[in-house]
Amino acid sequence: MKLTLWTYEGPPHVGAMRVATAMKGLHYVLHAPQGDTYADLLFTMIERRNHRPPVTYTTFQARDLGADTANLFKDAARGAYERFQPQAMIVGASCTAELIQDDPGGLAEALGLPCPVIPLDLPSYSRKENFAADETFFQIVKVLAKPMDRSEAVTCNLIGPTALGFRHRDDVTELTRLLATMGITVNVCAPLDATPADIARMGAAHFNVLMYPETAETAARHLEKTLGQPFTKVVPIGTHATRDFLAEVASITGLALPAETGLRQPWYAASVDSTYLTGKRVYIFGDGTHAIAAARIAAKEIGFEVVGLGCYNREQARPLRAAAATYGVTPLISDDYLEVEAEIARLQPELILGTQMERHIAKRLGIPCAVISAPVHVQDFPARYSPQMGFEGANVIFDTWVHPLVMGLEEHLLTMFREDFEFHDAAGPSHHGAKASVRPEALVESADASGGDISTKMNDEEAVSGEVIWLADAERELKKIPFFVRGKAKRNTEKFAADKGVTSISIDTLYEAKAHYAR
Amino acid sequence: MSLDTPFRSCTDTPVLKERGQREVFCGLTGIIWLHRKMQDAFFLVVGSRTCAHLLQAAAGVMIFAEPRFGTAILEEKDLAGLADANTELDREVARLLARRPDIRQLFLVGSCPSEVIKIDLARAAERLDGIHAPNVRVLNFSGSGIETTFTEGEDACLEAMVPALPATDAAELLVVGALPDVVEDQMLSLLAAMGAGPVRTLPARRSTDLPAVGPNTRFILVQPFLGATHAALIKRGAKHISAPFPFGEEGSTLWFHAVAAALGLDRAKVDAVLAAPRARAQKSVAAVAETLRGKSIFFFPDSQLEIPLARFLARECGMIPVEVGTPYLHRELMAPELALLPHGPVISEGQDVELQLDRARAARADLTVCGLGLANPLEAEGLTTKWAIELVFTPVHFYEQAADLAGLFARPIRRHALLTPGAAA
Repeated sequence: MKLTLWTYEGPPHVGAMRVATAMKGLHYVLHAPQGDTYADLLFTMIERRNHRPPVTYTTFQARDLGADTANLFKDAARGAYERFQPQAMIVGASCTAELIQDDPGGLAEALGLPCPVIPLDLPSYSRKENFAADETFFQIVKVLAKPMDRSEAVTCNLIGPTALGFRHRDDVTELTRLLATMGITVNVCAPLDATPADIARMGAAHFNVLMYPETAETAARHLEKTLGQPFTKVVPIGTHATRDFLAEVASITGLALPAETGLRQPWYAASVDSTYLTGKRVYIFGDGTHAIAAARIAAKEIGFEVVGLGCYNREQARPLRAAAATYGVTPLISDDYLEVEAEIARLQPELILGTQMERHIAKRLGIPCAVISAPVHVQDFPARYSPQMGFEGANVIFDTWVHPLVMGLEEHLLTMFREDFEFHDAAGPSHHGAKASVRPEALVESADASGGDISTKMNDEEAVSGEVIWLADAERELKKIPFFVRGKAKRNTEKFAADKGVTSISIDTLYEAKAHYAR
Repeated sequence: MSLDTPFRSCTDTPVLKERGQREVFCGLTGIIWLHRKMQDAFFLVVGSRTCAHLLQAAAGVMIFAEPRFGTAILEEKDLAGLADANTELDREVARLLARRPDIRQLFLVGSCPSEVIKIDLARAAERLDGIHAPNVRVLNFSGSGIETTFTEGEDACLEAMVPALPATDAAELLVVGALPDVVEDQMLSLLAAMGAGPVRTLPARRSTDLPAVGPNTRFILVQPFLGATHAALIKRGAKHISAPFPFGEEGSTLWFHAVAAALGLDRAKVDAVLAAPRARAQKSVAAVAETLRGKSIFFFPDSQLEIPLARFLARECGMIPVEVGTPYLHRELMAPELALLPHGPVISEGQDVELQLDRARAARADLTVCGLGLANPLEAEGLTTKWAIELVFTPVHFYEQAADLAGLFARPIRRHALLTPGAAA
């Protein structure tokens, strides 16, 4: 048993869902109890997907356990085939179903469904999401991808992008464009947007671009072995890595290197405005692939000092250790966020490049942070085009990492006038509107804590409301309103009271006002 | 409602019972609000990575202020019997309590895997209670998906607390169900003003304020999903006050009137106390109801709040329920609600989500109330939706929140009108 408060990776069946949801024409029948359907909302809410994940849950309950959960599975699998008519199905068990040992693979096979059925064996109590995404994609490829003639022109497969991946959608677009500059077209991109029929024709490509080792390395090795397709080892995140990637592709295909277009990052880093970035201490944590890429960009392309480097997925421990050694830091391989937080607190970096978990740690510690890796949050699916890979990815990364920092000249002014009551370092970078407004709220908060009368401690703006008196009980009631709407509630109530000619505000006045303004 | 036609309720409406895939949360989700409500309690789920991931996903905006819940994740060696589950649990609990000395109540929460492999958490709780008493009280309940649906987790938690409550012969009113503090305070101040004291609440904000219970306790529910807690309190000799649930002006008034009747309070005084908040609620709901009047609504099952909410929306906001789905229909507790709900909608219990989606698509209601997994896909199909979970995570009970409650339903409709040229609000 291991006590966990927050997790970097979900359970294995969520990894399988990331593959299934990315694909089209594939259906996943998951033997699982009621409640496991929560996983749907990861895709429909965080990623704003406009379709339900193609997953049928058997939804067994306590009363089924003594009876026949195997039949429940068979009915669900048969029903799912009839309703969705998929080209192929994957079947498996979530953690609870693994315990009741119904063998979904065997049961599905016995049904003799008229489509390929791929059983998944994902150990829920020892492995996690990334392992399972990789394993699921491998099983699908193993069953469906067949040897065939290579395409006449040079083509490749893009492999690894899944649903709920960090910027996978835009990375696919960017790499497709980048490869086109070399005259290479994409044969199949998988799992994202691929059908089982597409998987079957992967063999036509001359080589595979392994975009994310986390989710497709096993499949890449399998395709290399069985179909003789080489795969790229460089992940093109950052200017240098993108150049290395293009060189690797050139050596695989014998094609000439393309002219670089659209790359601004090196000049932005070289321009004098960026001088202040020199030697800023950064802490980097994420999945292995993104963390290693970020460290290289930070150290070699922006001129930061890497003070710590880590990843949460043990599968990438070896390359991460090697990378850490080149920056002279001790690697941290852990999925315990408390450990990561302690490490960050100890190192006191000036910038954190991490996941959504580190973003929260950064918020608590008051350190600027940019997100570089899954686990993801709704904000990691921006409406605009914002890849991480390729030359445009390098541009995006430069902007994203510099944005949380106080700007160069401002930093100097802060040092010079640190006693200024408005322009102090706690106010945060001046281009972040939201943070600067925290100060007056903090004033009210501290007045609350002292239990004193807030009306005696009001600042200039609030003193305008001097004629209206808040009765003690109404004031207590006001404090129960969340701070981010308290100011509005207070102003509305006072305006309401003033309009009505009321001089003292009671709880009733507060709610009369609330009712008055209700829309 | 016309006075000419006799009112026909849903009391005798046959219930469409379905089973199949359920698109609902399990009971563990209740921990998200319970751990905020009980400020000296910690909820330790004994389960899998899935449980931890669910809590994280359901919490949405991760509450990183060191949450008072966590998951003891079962590992391979626990299943293979190589590690003694009890020793492991004792170690994790000791470590947890050492880090959080402010914790006074610890709930061991059962999950699907812990139930299936039959870890006896009741005995574990007893043993740990012996070790950590008197500083920490250790209780257990199951929030597993194989036994509980969403809000039934709170029911299971409160049910587990009832046998441990001290005994009393005092004639007290006990209000049962977790409410946001501000709403609870409004309710308590109205009850005090009408002379209903002494009033106690379950759950209490702190373990030192836990109520006592006995044969002279009268209790009333503020949440419709507390069937097991209801039964446990009756077993302790407490008497239930049956009432509609306090949603909307009408529901709140009937709720207070039921209390007043049970306690023999002076009705004139009660009505005087309720007059101002009632008037406010009527006025503010009426403003929001303009958006809702005549609009149809379809409820997927989620929290068991569906029937009371449909009653509020039909009677006070003029909406037309098409289907009202509930994960579980407790006949006795729902009787006052069904008697008020105008005849017409399909009442469904349980779920086969594919079949229900077919019905929702055929009905194309003006507003479809559903879980987060279905909302965006249905929006993409052109249906206007309301996330059901917000109804549980927002203060919606009693008078001052009545318009807010109506507003939760009005906002998606107003938004749709704002963003769609030519659409009527």
